[in-house]
Amino acid sequence: MSRISKTFKKLKNSGKKALIPYIMAGDPSLHDTKKLVLELEEAGADMIELGVPFTDPLADGPAIQRAHERALSQNVTLRKVLPLVEEIRKDTNIPLILMTYYNPVFKYGIEAFVKEAARAGVDGVIVPDLIPDEAGDFISIAKKHKLDTIFLLAPTSTGDRIKKVAKASAGFIYYVSITGITGATLTVDETMKSTLEKLKKATKKPVAVGFGISKPEEAKLVADLADGIIIGSAIVRLIAEGKDIKGFVKAIKEAI
Amino acid sequence: MKKILKKLPDSKGHFNGYGGRFVPETLMPALHELEKAYKNYIKDKNFIEELSMLQKTYIGRPTALYFAKRLTEHLGGAKIYLKREDLCHTGAHKINNAIAQALLAKKMDKTRIIAETGAGQHGVATATGASLVGLECEIYMGSEDIRRQALNVFRMRLLGAKVTEVNIGSRTLKDAINEALRDWTTNVRYTHYVLGTAFGPHPYPQMVRDFQSVIGKEARQQILKAEGKLPDCLIACVGGGSNSIGLFYAFLNDNIKMTGVEAGGLGIESGKHAARFAGGSLGVFQGCKSYLLQDDDGNVLGTHSVSAGLDYASVGPEHCYLRDLKKIEYTYATDDEALKAFELLSRTEGIIPALESAHAIAEAVKVAPAMSKESIIIVNLSGRGDKDVQEVARIKGIGL
Ligand SMILES: Cc1ncc(COP(=O)(O)O)c(C=O)c1O
Repeated sequence: MSRISKTFKKLKNSGKKALIPYIMAGDPSLHDTKKLVLELEEAGADMIELGVPFTDPLADGPAIQRAHERALSQNVTLRKVLPLVEEIRKDTNIPLILMTYYNPVFKYGIEAFVKEAARAGVDGVIVPDLIPDEAGDFISIAKKHKLDTIFLLAPTSTGDRIKKVAKASAGFIYYVSITGITGATLTVDETMKSTLEKLKKATKKPVAVGFGISKPEEAKLVADLADGIIIGSAIVRLIAEGKDIKGFVKAIKEAI
Repeated sequence: MKKILKKLPDSKGHFNGYGGRFVPETLMPALHELEKAYKNYIKDKNFIEELSMLQKTYIGRPTALYFAKRLTEHLGGAKIYLKREDLCHTGAHKINNAIAQALLAKKMDKTRIIAETGAGQHGVATATGASLVGLECEIYMGSEDIRRQALNVFRMRLLGAKVTEVNIGSRTLKDAINEALRDWTTNVRYTHYVLGTAFGPHPYPQMVRDFQSVIGKEARQQILKAEGKLPDCLIACVGGGSNSIGLFYAFLNDNIKMTGVEAGGLGIESGKHAARFAGGSLGVFQGCKSYLLQDDDGNVLGTHSVSAGLDYASVGPEHCYLRDLKKIEYTYATDDEALKAFELLSRTEGIIPALESAHAIAEAVKVAPAMSKESIIIVNLSGRGDKDVQEVARIKGIGL
């Protein structure tokens, strides 16, 4: 069982929900990223999502777009993120998930990427512009190297898509809370509730909800409907302002 | 026997490995809905009639196939014909696609259309389509392009569109597409994205090609009527690849030399260009797998061209496929060559071409002299140059 699956199982057995913060690797520097991961763990994060900088992050809103730009200005790319994971792995066992756009992976070579990511200690990969229909090779290679492939579902997803995404996903399924990009305003509505219910009927795999969660109250509402929550833009904004993230993450952890 | 080309793309939008759909999951239902609507309406008698009526009475089709006598004499070789897409309403071929998609959006009960634009021609065409059928319209444009295509920005606003400046990344066409995709991801339930070229996720490359293929269909009939034979060579500029595939498509099963001309900018060695085939490699960008100008880390490189409409890091997937088959050859013209051709056509024929189209003229200038006087070239004059006059004056150091 993967580190991600084990973590979800353990949390479930104790009636808890997973808290998965997102930070951008290399924002503001690679050295800071390692420090931030360890701080997040201390503050109560159950897994960490690490963004890989890309020039054209089309699923991201302004806060994370700027984080991509800041990290790129430090010359941080996938090639440097993998050794960073190896570094972080020396000090923690927390599940680490890469969130990367597809082209850096494609250019690296799918097989080479999967092998090296797994070796470095990456547990799962989220590729926001890769749908299962185009991911045949990626899924089979990742399976071979025990790297979880986490696909996304959206409020617009139909029954067919739900089945397809549920089948292709390993570790967990990422439910995008809003029809939109990262950092937009969250609304917890009937669509979310009914899609999550449909999803639970279609699969036993854990479901984490992300996009737009920025307050403890929102985190609680969403966590009650799923197995975990992902918080990105709100944390990335704090990092950009040079503010403390530990207090914020603790408050979220207590709320859920 | 002639080898007839396979009908592509396949059901997943692949052109022998190129193309496909690389988008956020949120957009998948919209792409399926669009594909279904498109395939349905392209066969629908009423839709076809409505569109062809608009082509005739609104766009001004068929556009002329004009024999450029003085340019031909000046070059001293092949006879040069110009397919006059510059005479389309709004001044470029972009309207062929924009009107058809606006009509389709209306049929799909969308209330709003959005588009990206580089040169501003597609933005103007989409804004025009929105006024024509009665839809809300928002156009995304990089701040660098807003500067060099100021005239078109004002035109879009006159037409009632909201023009939104994109101030991130390289501030050109690719960033405008990112922003349009973000908007679409957010407002997909009531918005249709009018992508302006034969690029992006399936079904766009196919749909835009089909809506532009009227260019080649007309040209083929017109040249047979004028000359009693097919041309020897077709030339068109390639940004995303819509005017070129639009001209070439009707000739793909004929044995004709076809040349696509990319933007060579300041030269390939300089790194400041948009010649994806000469300087790029296979990548996945903005919805499809194709040739891409990228670095070793898979990040997308900045591009440069004097013409905003060719200043783009990737190219339509069908072009990669046709290049592999050696059906189409791809070359490039530099900024200087395009600027010279811009002036040459203005002086010899009284036609000021768009800087994009001037790249195609530049290729004709290179190849025509060595061809026999009986041979025929058709150059796709994709647009008129009014929008570029100010920028060319600036480059020449002339204050207006
Ligand atoms: C006049 C003109 N020609 C050509 C192009 C390039 O696009 P495509 O390759 O899709 O024809 C543009 C794009 O803006 C244009 O405005």
